[in-house]
Amino acid sequence: MSVLSSLKPTQRARLGTIASYVVGLGVLLFVLLTADWPTITKQFFNPEVAASMFPGIITVALRNTLLYTIVSFVVGSLLGIVLAVLKLTGGPLGWFAVGFIELFRGVPALLTIFAFAYGVPLAFGGNQIPGGSVGAGILGLIVVTGAYSAEIIRAGIQAVHSGQNEAARSLGMTQGQTMFWVILPQALRIVIPPMTNELVMLLKDSSLLFIAGATVFTKELTTFARDSLSTHANPTPLIVAAALYLIVTLPLTWLVGRLEKRLDPKR
Amino acid sequence: MSDLVPTVDSNEPPIRIKDLHKSFGDNEVLKGIDLTVAEGEVVCVIGPSGSGKSTLLRCVNMLEKPTSGSIKLLGAEMTDPDVEVDQVRTHVGMVFQSFNLFPNMTAIGNCIIAQRQVLKRSKAEAIEIAKKNLELVGLGDRMSYHPAKLSGGQQQRVAIARALSMDPKIMLFDEPTAALDPELVGDVLAVMRDLAEAGMTMMVVTHEMMFARDVSDRTIFMDGGVIVEEGPSAELITAPKEERTQVFLKRVLDPTHIEDSELGQTEPD
Ligand SMILES: Nc1ncnc2c1ncn2[C@@H]1O[C@H](COP(=O)(O)OP(=O)(O)OP(=O)(O)O)[C@@H](O)[C@H]1O
Ligand SMILES: [Mg+2]
Repeated sequence: MSVLSSLKPTQRARLGTIASYVVGLGVLLFVLLTADWPTITKQFFNPEVAASMFPGIITVALRNTLLYTIVSFVVGSLLGIVLAVLKLTGGPLGWFAVGFIELFRGVPALLTIFAFAYGVPLAFGGNQIPGGSVGAGILGLIVVTGAYSAEIIRAGIQAVHSGQNEAARSLGMTQGQTMFWVILPQALRIVIPPMTNELVMLLKDSSLLFIAGATVFTKELTTFARDSLSTHANPTPLIVAAALYLIVTLPLTWLVGRLEKRLDPKR
Repeated sequence: MSDLVPTVDSNEPPIRIKDLHKSFGDNEVLKGIDLTVAEGEVVCVIGPSGSGKSTLLRCVNMLEKPTSGSIKLLGAEMTDPDVEVDQVRTHVGMVFQSFNLFPNMTAIGNCIIAQRQVLKRSKAEAIEIAKKNLELVGLGDRMSYHPAKLSGGQQQRVAIARALSMDPKIMLFDEPTAALDPELVGDVLAVMRDLAEAGMTMMVVTHEMMFARDVSDRTIFMDGGVIVEEGPSAELITAPKEERTQVFLKRVLDPTHIEDSELGQTEPD
């Protein structure tokens, strides 16, 4: 105790870091030495199970994951722009936008997707929605994306220098013209990094569509992996799916970092 | 140059301000301004920082909403809710201290956008007018540059060309050279001088006393939200009558005066 208290705070902090590394390494060694490696390999990295998933996991599952993500992102972002502009404009529509945003940001995405997947077909006749209950679930994903991106885009709009608005208005441009031609193009540039982040989140959240009960052709990655897992009674499909998610998300995350550096006005 | 300035076919003066008041919360910034600017007249507004010069200029084209009083531009009562403010603004160009060019557009793009969207001019016509005005401000060779690639003086001249491309009848300037390096001020002032000589109706907030004296017809000295003194520019700047005007002018025209008084205050006794 007396040795510890005689140390400077920075030294004590360094000692703490070293201690935590030592403990972590110990735990890792213990696991490595005592784990049942043949069983683990067979359970989680089973080559036969993994092989049986191809090519379906690419041609159907990954394709669907990307498709659902892109559709939700494009439509959701457009919805987000509309909601952000309405919120900033105020009035009754502004209040509607605020209510919409707060509702779908405040409720778990899973619940929203669930509600859309089951509620929309019930309300509008199941066969009329393209993609059936998965299509309806995607509507839920769109709505959630719209709510989240609305707040990002609103912040982007407010980050545009107020002089831009004044310059445009002094030229006789209306509020709408100013928003469309001057403010939004600049705001959308500002929000590229956070929106790319949102895209990564959305890619992962597309897994929530498993709740919509996909058919053979509408499965996305997580549903596909889950179904393979039950078929083979083996969790290897989860590892394969995780790897595929990472193949897409890691470059995107890297891109966000690059964009943030490049668009940083302080540089 | 003369084809720049369309004639105002109204009997009203371009700018007529009556008993203008403006408050921000409890802070009354303009305390009853009366001012008329005649067609082709160039009026400079001078005064210490915080005296309300920018607020006055911004009230003129309703970027700031007056608390009370009347502002008539080209015969249109701007405070009347039935008046199409956007419509009137197309005739009133404004140039800002911080340029406020649209950074996502080129120099010529800046000069085209409002012509197309507001005046609904054809693309060819808008480009032709934009080119003419960019050449007028000496930037014929910088048309396809983005603002970030231009010097401050060049940016401000693009901003002037952008405003002129709308064929305004009035031009408002809010300290157009205050953000510029000293060696770039001259180019911008030269453009403004040309404009004044071509007969443009202008209201210019400035700290450039030589410009005010030599170019403007009339100068207004503001302090504390009121017009303290006004008169023919040469007279007001060389021989001010009011003591507040004298003190202000002495300070801005003779920088050593500030240093002396500041030194005097900080000297221990
Ligand atoms: N949007 C605003 N909200 C609150 N107060 C404001 C606002 N704009 C200006 N003011 C206040 O009004 C007063 C006058 O400001 P104004 O910008 O008109 O002065 P100025 O004469 O242009 O000064 P400067 O020479 O520094 O530009 C200042 O006290 C300022 O703080
Ligand atoms: Mg000012």
